[in-house]
Amino acid sequence: MQSQATYNYKVVRQFAIMTVVWGIVGMLVGVIVAAQLIWPELNLHEILQYGRLRPLHTNAVIFAFGGCALFATSLYSVQRTCHTKLFAPGLATFVFWGWQLVILCAALSLPLGFTTGKEYAELEWPIDIMIAVLWVSYAIVFFGTIATRKVSHIYVSNWFFAAFIIAIALLHITNSAEIPVSFTTLKSYSVYPGVQDAMVQWWYGHNAVGFFLTAGFLGMMYYFVPKQADRPIYSYRLSVVHFWALIFTYMWAGPHHLHYTALPDWAQSLGMLFSLILLAPSWGGMINGIMTLSGAWHKLRTDPILKFLVTSLSFYGMSTFEGPMMSVKSVNALSHYTDWTVGHVHSGALGWVAMVSIGALYYLLPRLYGKTEMYSTKLINTHFWVATIGIVLYVASMWIAGVMEGLMWRSTNPDGTLVYGFFVESVKVKFPFLMIRLVGGTLFLVGMLIMFYNMLKTIVGEKAYDAPIVAPAAAHA
Amino acid sequence: MKDVLRIAVMIVSLLCFLGFCYWAYSRRSKAGFDEAAQLPLADDDLPASPADRKE
Repeated sequence: MQSQATYNYKVVRQFAIMTVVWGIVGMLVGVIVAAQLIWPELNLHEILQYGRLRPLHTNAVIFAFGGCALFATSLYSVQRTCHTKLFAPGLATFVFWGWQLVILCAALSLPLGFTTGKEYAELEWPIDIMIAVLWVSYAIVFFGTIATRKVSHIYVSNWFFAAFIIAIALLHITNSAEIPVSFTTLKSYSVYPGVQDAMVQWWYGHNAVGFFLTAGFLGMMYYFVPKQADRPIYSYRLSVVHFWALIFTYMWAGPHHLHYTALPDWAQSLGMLFSLILLAPSWGGMINGIMTLSGAWHKLRTDPILKFLVTSLSFYGMSTFEGPMMSVKSVNALSHYTDWTVGHVHSGALGWVAMVSIGALYYLLPRLYGKTEMYSTKLINTHFWVATIGIVLYVASMWIAGVMEGLMWRSTNPDGTLVYGFFVESVKVKFPFLMIRLVGGTLFLVGMLIMFYNMLKTIVGEKAYDAPIVAPAAAHA
Repeated sequence: MKDVLRIAVMIVSLLCFLGFCYWAYSRRSKAGFDEAAQLPLADDDLPASPADRKE
């Protein structure tokens, strides 16, 4: 028993640290584009133009920050719940370095103007191929670990991570089906014509939300909320129904991104219907997470990590109520193309995705360096409040700006002419709200900087730690 | 023919989902689920204090 086998924490450590780093980079670009919308003079150069930086922001926060967070947490919890070390650790190292290379390629190619023009799938074909190879490698590591598990059950968080991995492979490969036409300009054209291309794109786009930004982070929630609260999930049965309901409905909600377009009307209505149905599994999951704390609510007073996790579930509940509502065609007629959409996305992205990741990271970081807690719990608390105030300012200002401009665009005089005939009129009145949004976004970025400092203080000079593999508690595996 | 196939897929999917719900709430699954729910908690992942650790 001298040289005991250990879990593979190395790749978890790498991804965890890069989550914080890419979070800061991605959110900084977000703050810059928010400022550019107020002061157009900030479009200093072609490379730094809003149209090029905006996809850089979305790709960085979703795939670099969110992606690294998902890799770190999934590869940690799958080892712990399966009581076995990572399958093919060499391949896991390949996934880490490959993913960083993809991020660097994105950070270079998007500002230089290489883009497919498909939202959240802007990266051109060579990078698409790299992502596909890395994703399959990640799947081998994850499913290999599950296959070599030492317990009979596959814990529910692993189900959600598994669905996320399979669905993203399917979505990415289908939506990236494109014909390269040039090596020098990296140009490619989608294989789908016209409105089919739009439908495939938003089938992809909405499921990127549903499986990357939801199923993956729900996997995180189902592991880290019970761990941090030290209580089993409120209802394991509900988690099973939650899982299957989410799987069966999310795939059909995409058309709500194409209301009142060339997409056939029946497809739009179908998308709206499935979006409304989605409220049920979403709220089932939210209730399941929050109720895990029943009987332990007092822990919220003293534990800022739990605050992050529970607040993230509250935002998940809010944005999954708002989403189905906005998918109703008559509501969408007002909300679409306005800042309301931007507010909705950030209520989900900052409130749910980022908050749950931050909570999970504060849980993970000390454990990866053989410590029991972060350098400063007080700073976690500060981070929590700075981030929460930032989100509230961001979301509330975007609601007001969005509803206002939506109402302005549709208001007509008795003779049928537009009351606000010049688009710039609706831009001008948004000024104060765009300012509040900039403040809110900046606060969220400041929170990440506090986290970075706290992380450095926790890990610099500390020895990396790989925990010994624990035999399953219940002996009947 | 295509329509029949579409309808069949839809009905089979619905039945699958209802089957999963029934399975989740059936009495037979309860013991297994209770055991699974304990998986993360039964596993203590807090590192021992450095003094107790054997390097």
